[in-house]
Amino acid sequence: MTTEIISVSPKRRRRRRGGWRGLAYIAPAIALVTVFFVLPLLFTVWMSLHRWPLMGSPRWIGIGNYTRMFNDPRFWTSLGFTAQYTLVVTIAIFALAFPLAFFVDKPRRFVSGYRTIIFLPVVIGLASASLLWVWLANVDSGLFSPVFEMLGLTQGRRNLLATFDSAFLTIIVMVVWKVAGFTMIILLTGLQGIPSELTEAARIDGAGAWQRFRHLTLPLMRRTMALALILSVTGSILAFDQFYIMTSGGPQNRMISIVYYIFNQSFVSFNLGYGAALSIALLVILVALSIVQLWLLKVGEDRP
Amino acid sequence: MTGRTALRARRNARRATSYHVAGAAIVVFFLAPFAIMLMSSFRPRSETALPPWPLTGISQFSVDAYRTLDTFGAGIWHHMFNSLIVSVATVVLTVAISLLAGYGFSRYRFPFKNVLFILIIATLMIPFQSILTPLFIILSRLGLNNSLLGLTLVYVTLQLPFSVFMMRNAFDAVPKEIEEAARIDGARDLGLLARVLFPLVLPGVVTVAIFAFLNAWNEFFAALVLLSSNEKFTLPVLMTAVRSSRMGAIDWGAVQAGVVVMVIPCLLVFLLLQRFYMRGLMAGAVK
Repeated sequence: MTTEIISVSPKRRRRRRGGWRGLAYIAPAIALVTVFFVLPLLFTVWMSLHRWPLMGSPRWIGIGNYTRMFNDPRFWTSLGFTAQYTLVVTIAIFALAFPLAFFVDKPRRFVSGYRTIIFLPVVIGLASASLLWVWLANVDSGLFSPVFEMLGLTQGRRNLLATFDSAFLTIIVMVVWKVAGFTMIILLTGLQGIPSELTEAARIDGAGAWQRFRHLTLPLMRRTMALALILSVTGSILAFDQFYIMTSGGPQNRMISIVYYIFNQSFVSFNLGYGAALSIALLVILVALSIVQLWLLKVGEDRP
Repeated sequence: MTGRTALRARRNARRATSYHVAGAAIVVFFLAPFAIMLMSSFRPRSETALPPWPLTGISQFSVDAYRTLDTFGAGIWHHMFNSLIVSVATVVLTVAISLLAGYGFSRYRFPFKNVLFILIIATLMIPFQSILTPLFIILSRLGLNNSLLGLTLVYVTLQLPFSVFMMRNAFDAVPKEIEEAARIDGARDLGLLARVLFPLVLPGVVTVAIFAFLNAWNEFFAALVLLSSNEKFTLPVLMTAVRSSRMGAIDWGAVQAGVVVMVIPCLLVFLLLQRFYMRGLMAGAVK
């Protein structure tokens, strides 16, 4: 009886004080998120309703920046290019990452070594990777042009970064090299989540490798694939480093992604208000994608 | 009988061979760019403009490329120091703040707890690229424009959703009884956190630290926008200056050397702490 009373009362006192103490523990995190995330976010909306030069005072123009955006062909071009890049690079990443995931799922010698090596480019920066590959693709000092010439693929040395198609391809290969290991590991966790009894049963029932992949592996990996897909898509939509470093947005300014266009408007032309309106457009696209993501993952949960 | 086992053994051997042949091709694709760059960066100045093909190996070991790299900006040591200071400060602050927040979220009840937790996690949904313009203005109002401290605080904020999530899970996994026992022994609050609980959540701390370090060390876009004067540049920003030509010619030797300098710390951190890195990746992916 008495012990009960003794053990209850301090707990209660602590809980009452705990309200403030708990808030004190999380205060630094909340402060940072407020100052460096929530405020800038609200400020972006506010700025997007102004003509906001770097010097001089901003002027309220209502939705002027948004009407300008809808009539800006360069905005639509950058959006189109970003979509094209996202589509191609995501397909390319999956086309390599899926076989790699099967490859490193095999219980063989050196398999963890293979995993580590494939993953190495993931941990370096995209800027480092872009610098490395822009050198490899350089016509005079790089690796690819003499190798291609030796293999007889090109007549003489060709500048890979001079035309849109070959520059685009070079960047795709670079990003696949850099990111495939990441997607592979995500897919591998999905593969390892499939009970081996199921695969074994299907094998005994006479299902071939392709049938097992099509009717067993793919459906069971829906959730993992949705996750890998979303990570790849959101990452690609925000692409900037590779275009800035490898081609400076060229050739013929045809490689300006949406983030690159925001960068140009805000920090090269200093149309800060217009840049903010473009940022809101980007934000809406990504929040919409996040909602699709949550929905996709949920669907994956309902029917595995 | 023996014939069949021999046949099977041969088939297995053939499969193993083709597996490792494919493995060798994969290793070449993923490793060759690193290897070729590393070798090329040690060529003498007369050869840095030449293509690295045919692979001749290093005819004459030289650190010319690194010397040239040192002539850019305020010298390579200075910019390495900038990058290092930003990364280490990001690690320390991220660990400290997410440790406190993780503990608070895991052990205390307070008003709006779930709302605040979701607020921190929800910042993941919003790309920081879209709030960089006002961030630039807010930082200059705070007198933190063009400053490594300002950049660090931005990096810490970007790390928080993942880190707070990780640390909350880490504390959730620690049995409450340990804490009760420590309280009876007289440990209180921060002392309890530092002396009793910190060792127990150390794996989570290491994971948080690795991701904070790699992301801060490698980040390019925010650094490009927020740092305006030459002597403040972190390595990735310095390297774009190296990559854009000086007097019409790009010094590829300096580019190679710079990439080596940027890449080596990442590879070392990953290879030494791979276990913790993968744990963080899984936790982040499952979320």
